[in-house]
Amino acid sequence: MDATSSVVLQGGTVVDRTGARRADVVVREGVVVAVGLEVPVPDGARVLDCGGCWVGPGLVDLHTHLRQPGREEAETIESGSRAAALGGYTTVVAMPNTTPPIDSAGVVREIVALAAKALCTVEVSGAITVGRAGERLAPMAELAGLGVRLFTDDGSGVQDGRLMRRALEYARPLGVLLAEHCEDEALAAGGVMHEGEWSSRMGVPGQPAEAEEVMVMRDIALARLTGARVHLQHLSTARSVGLVREAKAAGLRVTCEATPHHLTLTDEACRGFDTVFRVNPPLRPAADRDAVQAGLLDGTVDAVATDHAPHDQEAKEQPFDQAPPGMLGLETAMALTLGQLGLGDDPQTLFALLSWQPGAVLGLDAGAGLVAEGTTADLCAIDPGERWVVDPARLASRSRNTPYAGRELVGRVRHTLHQGEPVVLDQEAQR
Amino acid sequence: MSAHLRCIDDLGRDGVDAVLKLTDSMVEVGRREIPKVPALRGRTVASLFYEDSTRTRLSFETAAKRLSADTMSFTLASSSVKKGESLRDTVLTIEAMGVDAIVVRHASSGVPWQLARWLEGSGVSVLNAGDGWHEHPTQALLDVYTICGEHKAGSLEGLRIAIVGDVKHSRVARSDVFCFAMLGASVVLVAPPTLLPPAIEGWPCEVAHDLDEVLGDVDVCYLLRMQAERTTEALVPSLREYAAVYGLDRRRAQRLPAGAIVMHPGPMNRGVEIAPEVADLPNAVITRQVANGVAVRMAVLFHLLTGQAHEEVRF
Repeated sequence: MDATSSVVLQGGTVVDRTGARRADVVVREGVVVAVGLEVPVPDGARVLDCGGCWVGPGLVDLHTHLRQPGREEAETIESGSRAAALGGYTTVVAMPNTTPPIDSAGVVREIVALAAKALCTVEVSGAITVGRAGERLAPMAELAGLGVRLFTDDGSGVQDGRLMRRALEYARPLGVLLAEHCEDEALAAGGVMHEGEWSSRMGVPGQPAEAEEVMVMRDIALARLTGARVHLQHLSTARSVGLVREAKAAGLRVTCEATPHHLTLTDEACRGFDTVFRVNPPLRPAADRDAVQAGLLDGTVDAVATDHAPHDQEAKEQPFDQAPPGMLGLETAMALTLGQLGLGDDPQTLFALLSWQPGAVLGLDAGAGLVAEGTTADLCAIDPGERWVVDPARLASRSRNTPYAGRELVGRVRHTLHQGEPVVLDQEAQR
Repeated sequence: MSAHLRCIDDLGRDGVDAVLKLTDSMVEVGRREIPKVPALRGRTVASLFYEDSTRTRLSFETAAKRLSADTMSFTLASSSVKKGESLRDTVLTIEAMGVDAIVVRHASSGVPWQLARWLEGSGVSVLNAGDGWHEHPTQALLDVYTICGEHKAGSLEGLRIAIVGDVKHSRVARSDVFCFAMLGASVVLVAPPTLLPPAIEGWPCEVAHDLDEVLGDVDVCYLLRMQAERTTEALVPSLREYAAVYGLDRRRAQRLPAGAIVMHPGPMNRGVEIAPEVADLPNAVITRQVANGVAVRMAVLFHLLTGQAHEEVRF
């Protein structure tokens, strides 16, 4: 089946920014050519049953670790993009903390070349500083010229406030977005979980919520100072969400994201010392989790972003404080968001948080959030009633570090079309 | 399902009582001309020490040998571990050699829980010989046994116990607080705020910052080891200042009520948390703690590996 053939997504409810309505979607040569009821099925078209499904724009993940180059035992662009497609994503932003990091034109070109065969669009992000070392600016203009739209030192925050200020100022005319992993390393002091009741009892070095919040404050201040846009990654505390709410009310150009795990899990999950729950920022207490949920529902938090962070088994089979932080996210994010936010009757909010709002943060066409004649056929069909149990062995990711093993989720991606190509059909990746 | 001793909760109140009773028999065994019984003949106890610990390792090995168990000892420098196999692979390798119990010491909190998960279904017992800042349950048991032996009442019920010093980084303190409280003692932690865990609301203890206010009415003054590296982390200005404010010097030791005892898990820093001459006072029971450690570990090994209670056995 190639992208030039016609595909009809039949019998579903089309969901986009304009609303939700019963309609079929006809796709040809990578483009939506018709949306409506009883549209004629072109000769030779492949008809995909979307009965009971929401058919909407493909999901957009602002925060994916694809691990290539350098950590191919954990994930590759191919395996990660397959996981993405199965999760309904048609665009993911590949984080730059690879080996070598994405701080030069050569690495950007390598990833662009590898991504040509991916099952989704891979937006390459770049590092803000050379080697993500927080000392000198990476060649942002050169990388922007190669199509890089987002810069971040993700994995760590830019510790030096002056350097972050200069980065924001320098990047402003480039039309790119600077994103921050908010963590003050001096305050975090190497803590490997949230500092609180559980870390105290477990004898595990913790990092206080304030280690995140002081950098959120600083970056909001820098957004004010420079007039540049700032995107705050994987916010995890109630006060972080509150700070962004105030900043937005004050008219500052600040956006932010939250992960499915901060939306669903708390630091108590770490009590058995299972390293699958080690993640950065760490899982927080219930009040923070609830505030992140509220922030997503009231528009403070712009997007659910997975922070999909594959780690091979061996790396996670170390002591809790030595195992690398991170968990898988791409294949479970949609169902977790749907379930945790109770969006069973609200497909528009689900797609807003997972598709067009993150698309808009990055300035992609997907930000328009339209399923209409002439739009690129990046689509997914979600069955909101499908029940399934997360089985790590059956995930498409090369890694197994999901914290949801054995958990029953409701809502599953049935089909995904990437630029018209059916990359997932009936829950199966097609290549 | 294997029996583990990862923390005091694994034993529960009944288990603690059973181990303490068994310890009496083990102390008696230790006094014999040939201090050895065939109770665990044919069993193998492996000790897996990722962190240096002369006294705990020797204490466990002596305990296993007095019960006639075979012993294997793995001492691993952390550097070679980093380059080599994962923790799980190491543990499964040892299990494959055929062991009944693994005694593990690790600088990272939680390792015994990870081992127990990986060994599920194997029948191997995991004994925690100290994990990070988290738990050191056999230390708590030997501390309880020592206190019971020194105190007239023979129990912890109603005793007031001060635990002084670096609670934050202390596995001994975490095990002791919960074990002492479970047995009816009233526990007070005495330390500067920087050396307390960040959130201890809900712990069964009080907190004080003035040692002199607390000393006058305690039955036990338990001193924790103070490490020099805490000064570089800005937790205390200097060891000198720590000794002046929180150290048990002769003047403070004289203010302890008659019959109160001084304890320390070792190794001591004489002149820091405890004055040199205080460590040698008759009411400082530090070497008795060490002696009881062997008997308590014999009791724990026997309890976990045979499941037999005191009443059922004669050595």
